Amino acid sequence: MAREVWGLFVDDGSFAAGIVVWLGVVLLGFTRLAGSVRWGGVALFAGLVLVLIENVLRYARKSGK
Amino acid sequence: MEGFAAAGWTRLGTTVLASFLASLVEFVEALTVVLAVSSVRGWKSALTGAGAAVAVLAALVVALGPQLRRIPLDLIQMGVGTMVLLFGLRWLRKAILRAAGRIPLHDEDAAFAKNMAAMQSGVVGRMGALDRVAVAAAFNITMLEGTEVVFIVIAVGAGGAGLLLPASVGAAAAMILVTALGVALHRPLARVPENTLKFVVGVLLSGFGTFWVGEGAGFTWPGGDVAILALVAGYVTTALSLVPLVRTNPLVARG
Repeated sequence: MAREVWGLFVDDGSFAAGIVVWLGVVLLGFTRLAGSVRWGGVALFAGLVLVLIENVLRYARKSGK
Repeated sequence: MEGFAAAGWTRLGTTVLASFLASLVEFVEALTVVLAVSSVRGWKSALTGAGAAVAVLAALVVALGPQLRRIPLDLIQMGVGTMVLLFGLRWLRKAILRAAGRIPLHDEDAAFAKNMAAMQSGVVGRMGALDRVAVAAAFNITMLEGTEVVFIVIAVGAGGAGLLLPASVGAAAAMILVTALGVALHRPLARVPENTLKFVVGVLLSGFGTFWVGEGAGFTWPGGDVAILALVAGYVTTALSLVPLVRTNPLVARG
């Protein structure tokens, strides 16, 4: 059951890691910068989109062989 | 005053919609197995197992949901937001890959046939008038799929004051709809556009998760709650752009 619950959130480890790492970068980085409250959300979204794009393209490249 | 009301309805509407659609997908998958079990081993045992799991899950929501109010809201938003992001982006990623033909679509008819075969070959164990194997199989699948529903209800409901009830209503509506269709049709709901639903739920939960993590971190979202719609639109645009790119991009094929 524990493995199945874990599987709800993680099936591609690198994808999940990318998301968590980006969250850490934004939360640690932007909260220390002046004016961060206005741009932190935009940066958060932009980075997550890039993580999604990179993972989908990488998966397609691997499965396309 | 109008802006506040609009923002309230935005959050309320997207909460009910996300909870309803996500729960719909999970209940359809549970229904497939419960129908297979009831077809082979009898409906009484299958419904007993499924009903017991629903009771356990409902108790979990009632017990856990209000406990979240004891935790500071910003911590809830960041913690639950992160989990919702992982869950939503995972669903969205798979929906993109399925739509592009990179991974196969989920086939409810095939799942039904597989589960029927498993039930037919299993041993028979009785507990009174009920078939123990059938009760256990129905209980297990309903618990598994239902756990996802409980997570979605609690996660979506934790995003703001008074949202747990609308989230629960969305999930309950999905359960009633799927149960009614299952009783009426007596076969798997194979024609439900499951990948489309997962795509929609993926963008909704990804939008919610992003919004809550940002709020929890103290970021200011332009337009307040209306930013959720902008985030959802952003994820939709990204996903719809990726599908043809992944399907036909010669750069991807060359590696």
